[in-house]
Amino acid sequence: MLPTLDPIIKSALAPRRGFLAQSARWLIIAPPLLFLLVFFLVPFGFALKISFAEAALRIPPFTEVWSIGADHHLHLTPTMANFRYLLTDEVYAVSYLYSLKTAFFSTVFCLLIGYPMAYAMARASKGTQSVLMLIIILPFWTSFLLRVYALEGIIRDGGLLNTALLWLGVIDHPIKLMRTTFAVYLGIVYSYLPFMILPLYATLEKMDLGLLEAASDLGSKPWRAFFDITLPLSMPGVIAGSMLVFIPAIGEYVIPALLGGPDNPMIGRVLWDEFFENHDWPVAAAVSIAFLLLLAGPMALHQYTRARELES
Amino acid sequence: MEERRSPLLFTFLCVGIAFLYIPMLVLIAYSFNASALVSVWGGFSVSWYVELVHNRQILSAALLSLEIATIASTLALILGTLAAIALVRFHRFRGRFLLTGMINAPLVMPEIITGITQLLLFVSMLKLFGWPNRGITTIVISHVAFCTAYVAVTVQSRLVSADRSLEEAAMDLGASPWRAFWDTTLPIISPALISSWLLSFTLSLDDLVISSFVSGPRSSTLPMVIYSKVKLGVSPDINALASLIICVMGMVVVTAGAYMRRAERIREQDMQKAARS
Repeated sequence: MLPTLDPIIKSALAPRRGFLAQSARWLIIAPPLLFLLVFFLVPFGFALKISFAEAALRIPPFTEVWSIGADHHLHLTPTMANFRYLLTDEVYAVSYLYSLKTAFFSTVFCLLIGYPMAYAMARASKGTQSVLMLIIILPFWTSFLLRVYALEGIIRDGGLLNTALLWLGVIDHPIKLMRTTFAVYLGIVYSYLPFMILPLYATLEKMDLGLLEAASDLGSKPWRAFFDITLPLSMPGVIAGSMLVFIPAIGEYVIPALLGGPDNPMIGRVLWDEFFENHDWPVAAAVSIAFLLLLAGPMALHQYTRARELES
Repeated sequence: MEERRSPLLFTFLCVGIAFLYIPMLVLIAYSFNASALVSVWGGFSVSWYVELVHNRQILSAALLSLEIATIASTLALILGTLAAIALVRFHRFRGRFLLTGMINAPLVMPEIITGITQLLLFVSMLKLFGWPNRGITTIVISHVAFCTAYVAVTVQSRLVSADRSLEEAAMDLGASPWRAFWDTTLPIISPALISSWLLSFTLSLDDLVISSFVSGPRSSTLPMVIYSKVKLGVSPDINALASLIICVMGMVVVTAGAYMRRAERIREQDMQKAARS
């Protein structure tokens, strides 16, 4: 037998092998799995534990939840005080609800602005589409913090927006935009708009335009065709984009801290202050855990849509 | 298809893009303002850029951030690519569900929660094992964690669409699985590897919230320094710094994108040639 043919024949005779042997597989799986387990998932366990501790003047600034005493028995000393505090002090409930409301309306605004933009992109010629795609992605690649800062330059008292409105005669004296609710909404929409556009564009671009032609041939008005065909078909994009805006926006810190005022008690700010100003780590841990529980629903939805997307 | 293009929609698209870009353009324009007053135009000047070079606090923070971003994005590239290979190529393994969750959750997890929980982990670990001290190590670990997720998701979607027939052909010709993967599939996914490294780099360079929680007393990153200045209002030297970062990042991304598209075209032509011959 010719030596060069040997492997081919062997492989033809051998049962179809998998990509790699079991043991070699674990060399690939284990590093990311263990790293994320220890540094992403396990931290939530510690947060849960510390949410049952008490603040104390020591390093680290909280008491032990369990200890092994001189009698070699495990002593449990958890306290529910932090969670009780969350329920009694209305600051937390108010800021949770306020964050949900802000994130919800920001998502709606992003959708209303992003959908027509994504639609226009998807109908452009192929060459234009890739350029537009780059233009939309580029801000996301630069810097989130600096973009929020750039927005401050536009809406501050002597900024471009006030100057433009004065010049147009819409207003006759400068209006206060910084440190207002408007500024927070503007900041979130400005920062998160690309996250809404990209998944929408991805689904709209894949859409079969023949369906719209068929609808039009059968006498359907363009608006009717949009609501009956385009919108339902783009729902995966709508959901994916909305989750990418809604979930991070609830916990947003930088935008309300830089652009918002005292009227914008978003949960991210409350958490930050609890930590850096009140130095109450157990309460901060309890707020994080409660916050995470509230996010579980939307996050599961995000997970589910991602999994479906990869299957198709 | 052509007649579906409505001028109204295109106008809207252009206005939307203008909305995304005008604040940055105004910022860049004002970084050349000679006047220290942010609302008065005092003529063209590069003095704020010159001042930047002499600001030791900003320079050392910038160096620290570049160092962290380089290490973190490289480690994240390795871990994220391994995770993507595992999820795409191995259909059933213990921990698959967990791994899927852990690479998707960081993408939407509010940074403030990640920051607090990781800090609590680090202080507990320090007490138990005497490691890690808060500083550059902890910042790198935190950045690797969220960048790994971005890398894994990017590489995963590329790997799913990669054609496996070349790799199988290489294996049929006697190449080991590693060798076959290295020679055939790796070049195909390399654009995703480059772009996810770059993405990790910019995300790490830009991170404020998580770094603020896990950093130590003498490890202020660039975003932390910028944020502490910006809280006090618009300042001209930060305008210069921000313009510099935005322009450099923009150019790197556009160049890398153009380079990858060219490489992709050449590859496709080669494939067609190979198919014909």
